[in-house]
Amino acid sequence: MSTRKHVTFLLVAGALTAGVAGCASGAPATGSSSAASSGASETPKLSGTVTVFAAASLKATFTKLASDFEAKNPGTKVTLNFAGSSDLVTQITQGAPADVFASADTKNMTKLSDAKLIDGTASNFATNVLEIAVPPSNPASISSFADLAKPGVKVVVCAPQVPCGAATNTVEKATGTTLTPVSEESSVTDVLGKVTSGEADAGLVYVTDVKTAGDKVKGIPFAESDKAVNTYPIATVGASKNKDLAKAFIAAVTGSEGKKVLTDAGFGTP
Amino acid sequence: MNRRSGTGYTGIPPWIYAIAAAGALFVLLPLVAMVAKVNWPQFIPLITSEASLTALGLSLRTSAASTVSCIVLGVPLALVLARSPFPGQRLLRAFVLLPLVLPPVVGGIALLYTFGRQGLLGRNLELAGIRIAFSSTAVILAQTFVALPFLVVSLEGALRTAGNKYEAVAATLGAHPTTVLRRVTIPLVLPGLASGAVLSFARSLGEFGATLTFAGSLQGVTRTLPLEIYLQRETDADAAVALSLVLVAVAVAVVGLSHRRPHTSTAPQGAPQ
Repeated sequence: MSTRKHVTFLLVAGALTAGVAGCASGAPATGSSSAASSGASETPKLSGTVTVFAAASLKATFTKLASDFEAKNPGTKVTLNFAGSSDLVTQITQGAPADVFASADTKNMTKLSDAKLIDGTASNFATNVLEIAVPPSNPASISSFADLAKPGVKVVVCAPQVPCGAATNTVEKATGTTLTPVSEESSVTDVLGKVTSGEADAGLVYVTDVKTAGDKVKGIPFAESDKAVNTYPIATVGASKNKDLAKAFIAAVTGSEGKKVLTDAGFGTP
Repeated sequence: MNRRSGTGYTGIPPWIYAIAAAGALFVLLPLVAMVAKVNWPQFIPLITSEASLTALGLSLRTSAASTVSCIVLGVPLALVLARSPFPGQRLLRAFVLLPLVLPPVVGGIALLYTFGRQGLLGRNLELAGIRIAFSSTAVILAQTFVALPFLVVSLEGALRTAGNKYEAVAATLGAHPTTVLRRVTIPLVLPGLASGAVLSFARSLGEFGATLTFAGSLQGVTRTLPLEIYLQRETDADAAVALSLVLVAVAVAVVGLSHRRPHTSTAPQGAPQ
């Protein structure tokens, strides 16, 4: 018990110190790492490591593309970091050592280009649309987007703050359907989780998520999904130390072999 | 303040202080960094937005409810663990303490397969017309699950420290076991119970992983303050930082309260919250 009292005391004392220090420092010193671009070397032979920050929905495809790239270019290594696009933007802004950034929407890429943290312009390499995912038994007999608004249907969507939620809103507006979801998750993976566990009758996820989930969910495509097409851009990060390799990886993603892997996973071409 | 170090000799080599200071800094510096990042001119509007207030209100209500459940379930559990030796007691204690070390998301998955629609109990509850998934009840269940060990540990420690001399005396004077519990045992360990309850409350307030996995996230129903912070972070970093500071302030206030409690000589009688 006495240990806990000490811990408590430290906590309180710490909070007080934190308050005082916060008042004193005022302007935070944000380390900017954008200017650190070392001159691009002209060596034609590709080597070294390229660090790719990619949206979580690209996990399966980029893992495959990375191993293909390594096999084609001996001596190179592709390090992958998957997270939500906005998380990745935060990490890159804070100086994380990324060479390539692949976003799940143009909005997050724009954030980086507005901050002058990318090299040149981003190129769009894939598109993705929403699909309804239901448990294999389809307990609420969903067959169309309008069915999701039927009373008693437990539908789970993404929150409007995240790309898949913004897309959901667009489809709702375009179709004049108003959904009353039982939950607005902060990632598409969480939506899928609620469907695969059978908690929800239906969820709105991407076509590619349904494909990845295999037979754990049933996908129900709907015509109105083309009202909200998500575009995936990719770009070289300005602070990259290995821009040649970064550009070569981007070329592999946007090239024909990259397209094939992406199309096989359910992505569309922009 | 510290009565034990009255002689002046602490027995601590000086270099220990340097490492201790580094340890303290390690915990304090991130807090300082967060406070430095707060957008002060916008602070009040950010924390008083409708979404923020709804989330804070929900957090306080559900945490209060789960603290009550922790007391109801935890007091008997602590009494059994502290007072009556029985075979398998160590094992029971280990399992009760499990949520302390379990990643909350694992707790969420476990709760899902217990109280979820197709879960062990949830299946029958569903037939009885009781639906827990996506409700505030699910939030309270998740919070109780992760917070219960805090109460049990505090109270069991207090019970063992207090010993059972007074209880034995009361019993020899003819008091009924329930009377002994009510008049002797509970008043004796009240400070321990209070700080256990406060810690449970604080843990409930910070609960995130199990809630996200088990309860979902809907404004006013299941989206507690930590979930709101997680979501705001996607679009509005300023709001996320401001709300984080609110959560830190509430946590410090709550823990500060538990720190002061045992020192007040005029021991108050009621529940801590």
